[in-house]
Parts: sequence; C-alpha cells; structure tokens
Amino acid sequence: MTLQPERHVLVIFPHPDDEAFSSAGTIRLYRNMGVPVTYACLTLGEMGRNLGNPPFATRESLPEIRRKELIAACEAMGIEDLRMMGLRDKTVEFEDDEKMVNLVTDLISELNPSLIITFYPGFAVHPDHEATGRAVMEAVRRIPKEARPRIYAVGFANNTMAKLGVPTIVHDVSSVRKEKEAALRAHSSQTGWMMQETKHRTEEETTKLDSWFNVESYYLYSFED
Amino acid sequence: MKEINVNELQTLLNSFANKDVFIHLETTNGSYASHYDEKFFNAGAFIRNVKIRYELGKVVGESPHRVGLKMEHGWVYAQGITHYQSDEQGRLLMAGLDYTGKLAVALEISETPFSY
Repeated sequence: MTLQPERHVLVIFPHPDDEAFSSAGTIRLYRNMGVPVTYACLTLGEMGRNLGNPPFATRESLPEIRRKELIAACEAMGIEDLRMMGLRDKTVEFEDDEKMVNLVTDLISELNPSLIITFYPGFAVHPDHEATGRAVMEAVRRIPKEARPRIYAVGFANNTMAKLGVPTIVHDVSSVRKEKEAALRAHSSQTGWMMQETKHRTEEETTKLDSWFNVESYYLYSFED
Repeated sequence: MKEINVNELQTLLNSFANKDVFIHLETTNGSYASHYDEKFFNAGAFIRNVKIRYELGKVVGESPHRVGLKMEHGWVYAQGITHYQSDEQGRLLMAGLDYTGKLAVALEISETPFSY
C-alpha cells in the first residue's frame, strides 16, 4: 500500500519505543515525502523493567537513559517535533479522563493533523496504551465529523484478528528497514534482546522479527456517528 | 547497582533509621505478563514518595534477600532483593532483578523526595 501525502501526521504513544516498534518505517516514509510528523510521547517509560543483570541502570536513572534513547530514535526516524508530555509510566489510566482528552485536543488544535497514529483502545494490551487510545478517540469524536483527522490505530492484543479482522492499512516499510532498525537500536535499554546477533534466533523468532522490520499494520479507526 | 553485600547494606539501612524518609516500593510482573500467558494472574503494587520513619531496618537471608522496616505503627518489607546502590544523591536504591535482568521488586529510601 502506497502512502498518501498528509498535511501533518500526529503520532501519540505513551512510551519511548512504542513508536519504533509500531511505526518507525511509516514515520520515516512520511518524513522522506516531506510530511511533517509530530510525536507526542506521554511518558519516559520510567517503569521499564529491563535494568540488566548485571544492571546498567537503576529505577531512578532509567528515565534519563530513555529520554536520550527517544531523542536518538527520533533522529533515526527523521522526527523534528518531539513532545515529551511529562506523565509517568503506568499512571496514564489514573489521570483525570478529561485532562487526557484536553491534552490531545490541544495538540490537534495546534497542529491540525490530517492523520493521527495511536493505539486501538480495547486491543492495545498495556493499560497506558489503552488510556492513550481512549483519550485520542474521545478527542477526535468531539470534532465535527467532516473535520476529523483519520486515525491509524495499532492493535496487537491476542484477540485482535478475531475481533477486528485483518488490518486495513498495511505498509511495506522494507525500503526503510535500516532506519527502522536504527530507531529500534536507539532504544537499546528496551530492545537489546531483539537486536542482538541473529545466530541464536529460532526460525519462529526470525520470522516474527522480519515482519516487524518490513511491515507495519494499522486499523483505520471509525466512529459510529 | 551491585549484588547485595549484607554487612554494607545493613549499615546503609541503619543510617536512615529514626529519620523522616521517603520510600519507593514496587512489585511488578510487567504489563505484558497476561498477554504472553493468558493464564497468568498479573498483580503488583506501587507506592512512591510516601514519608515514613522506621526504628529498625533489617536485611535477611541468602540472595534473593528480604528487607524489612519496622515502624512505630507497622511494617514495610520487600522480598526478592538482589542488588543495591547508594546513589550520588545519597539515596539507597534496592532492587530485585530476575535471571534475565528484569526488575521484579524495588525498595528505595531517600531523605529527599524522589522525582515525580
């Protein structure tokens, strides 16, 4: 599927690396087309569990490490407008719902995106992913139908295919695979395990990684009204 | 962080006794535990920047260790502690890292509040 030109793409995810796993290739392709991309990253992944053994970080030093990784990943993807929104990892769903909707509404009002990329509520697995997706969908639902940006939603819960069918938006990102790998590698505190030497990988793991590197899939989110 | 040295950690725990201190206590299986294993019951708890004062702090056992803090009206404890560090701000950071290097439990003590 060929990417269409967009006025502005707004990417909203809660954790540094969500964007790289799901969308680094798509973002890079848009940037190569000259489309402006803003990434609003809600937290710094402060609660990431991988500290290494022997450890390379502590609970307290991890946020700064991930902040630097996020900046480096954005460079690999060509994102020039990175917004770190200052929430805390794993607390997004406990924030005031209206505050979350307003956070998204303010971004939309400022940037007037034609496309938003975020998580598909109900199919996003992590509570922060769910809360992010809910806030985005509610903010967009409140916009008059004809003025709404399109939404590409990422779903990866185990029941996603059973409930939603196959993804409707499928991007072949193999032409920017190197940049996607660079973005994932930039998040090394999170991705070290998967970016290691390939020789120890099973066939199943290799297949899974290949699909991560070459294909990015979304559901075009639709509203009932 | 380095692996627990009981004597050294005990000395650090003693140094915070009978002072107002802020704690961070966390247990976690990660948010994806039930995604990878749908039969897994995922539970955890998190508390950060709560001020307490303990009269006795103790590290016990072989690794993974237990650390308990006795307060005037109650207790704080963590089990599964494997690593610790007194950081550059004088905070005592303890963590339990599993065999793959993932944090499973954290207990941290500081005389000043932790960041947000």
